[in-house]
Amino acid sequence: MPSRKSDHRFIEGSEETFMDERLKREREAVLQGGDRRYHEKNQSIGKMFVRERLRLLFDAGLELEDGLFANCTADGLPADGVVTGLGTIHGRTVAVMANDSTVKAGSWGARTVEKILRIQETAERLQIPLLYLVDSAGARITDQVEMFPGRRGAGRIFHNQVRLSGQVPQICLLFGPSAAGGAYIPAFCDVVIMVEKNASMYLGSPRMAEMVIGEKVSLEEMGGARMHCSVSGCGDILAASEEEALEMARSYLSYLPDSSQQAPRRQAPRSVASHDKTLSDIIPANQNAPFNMLDLIARIVDEDSWFEIKKLFAPEILTGFARLDGHVVGIVANQPRVKGGVLFVDSADKAARFIALCDAFSIPLLFLADVPGFMIGTKVERAGIIRHGAKLIAAMSEATVAKISVIVRKAYGAGLYAMAGPAFEPDVCIALPSAQIAVMGPEAAVNAVYSNKIEELEESERRAFIEQKRAEYRADIDLYKLAAELVIDDIVQPEELRGVLATRLAAYQTKVASPPRRKHAVYPV
Amino acid sequence: MSDVRASMAGTVFQVLVAVGDSVQAGQDVVVLESMKMEVPVTSESSGTVREVRIAVGDFVNEEDVLVVLD
Repeated sequence: MPSRKSDHRFIEGSEETFMDERLKREREAVLQGGDRRYHEKNQSIGKMFVRERLRLLFDAGLELEDGLFANCTADGLPADGVVTGLGTIHGRTVAVMANDSTVKAGSWGARTVEKILRIQETAERLQIPLLYLVDSAGARITDQVEMFPGRRGAGRIFHNQVRLSGQVPQICLLFGPSAAGGAYIPAFCDVVIMVEKNASMYLGSPRMAEMVIGEKVSLEEMGGARMHCSVSGCGDILAASEEEALEMARSYLSYLPDSSQQAPRRQAPRSVASHDKTLSDIIPANQNAPFNMLDLIARIVDEDSWFEIKKLFAPEILTGFARLDGHVVGIVANQPRVKGGVLFVDSADKAARFIALCDAFSIPLLFLADVPGFMIGTKVERAGIIRHGAKLIAAMSEATVAKISVIVRKAYGAGLYAMAGPAFEPDVCIALPSAQIAVMGPEAAVNAVYSNKIEELEESERRAFIEQKRAEYRADIDLYKLAAELVIDDIVQPEELRGVLATRLAAYQTKVASPPRRKHAVYPV
Repeated sequence: MSDVRASMAGTVFQVLVAVGDSVQAGQDVVVLESMKMEVPVTSESSGTVREVRIAVGDFVNEEDVLVVLD
């Protein structure tokens, strides 16, 4: 990246007198964005001007800009409503496209689309991350023939996004609407950060919904930031303000490499945050009692390094980045505090997606299992829990980054499989002394095997019989028996876990993948 | 007024509040048993318990109203 001196703005100041008058006038006009009243309107709802956003996003502002003069001969369309170029984040060059909602509400014309396509192509050529700062009403219907259907029309943006996916990180920050076709920009990004209240995504606006299908609904209810981050799963991170969203994007990027050809950068190790209670204190002996898995994570990762993805969506499973002895790691952990840590349709989706993200960018995976299995019952069967579960198992199975499976407590049935159990080529499967690996828990197993016998018994004999059979079952799935059979590779004391993980993460860095001979799998969806 | 609803299908294992109790957002109000697990159900808002619609042992479906707050 050139120094600030080569920025086009170097002309300001003493050299100003040499500047061509028309160039000066045209450039200044474009840098102002749209009409004053649109700036005022944005300001009144807490929205920053696009160039202010870029100033906060980058270490030293937008350093290179392309297509500043796009559509400059037309009236009132500065930069054709989108800013594209390069800047640096933590010293790394990244590409950006940012809608200017003061210009025709950030809508897309032909040059808008062309500029977006070009910055995507730049990101691919340079193999650098691409950020999409979205705040757009969608297509300019008046310009549709030029920007909608053709080879380099808006559809190509999505084609490029799909092509870029997994090559370089694609991050979406949503500051305003992302409407109709435009809603697919976030959909094809790796992560979507939405600003509460102002950000929204929808295919048809509430007005259109009322006209076409007769539904009366508010924008917040149908396509608001909170809804997408907690219900639909289209949003990953809910930010309270634009400043927070920009800071989150910078922070997110620190866990990722520039492209699939690189590995994430190790940072200086930090010690774990201090806590009164030890891991042994917080993990309940009763397998069926809840505890907060976040308390366990806080005791094994570097202080302040946990970066949660999809915190509000399907909270029965936790996904996020952290650093362990400075090494970046992607964590997939069951959360027994919510819905018993049972896997549902959405939790399976959430984990599958996160695993694919980590695998694409060489981020090792750490699975923390405390899972009774996949949910059963009519509701989930009708929702296709089998194919959603298959999605998770496929993504986990196909991941070739280092995979470390830690069995914290129970890992029953397909839950063991989903959490990178021994059959799925984890680099290691570690058990804590509290681990319990089985097809099902003792209570369910005894009911399943002896239900007829239990029915026949006298009331007075029943209790003792059940207790005896449960004890026999527990003995059968004894952890040391599984270790003796090499089902698990090691048993560690909870307090040793962090050290063991750090050593293993360092050791697994040279892992190589051996992909099967095929174009790609036929993925369950 | 707000409802505390079942986070998943299961059987009511414990009812932790009674009519008239004041409840804070984030407080556990009911514990369900589902998939052999104890599943605490927390209130998303603060208020006073107006009505408890379930008793220990009842089967509830996901989204069923368990407790009504004022």
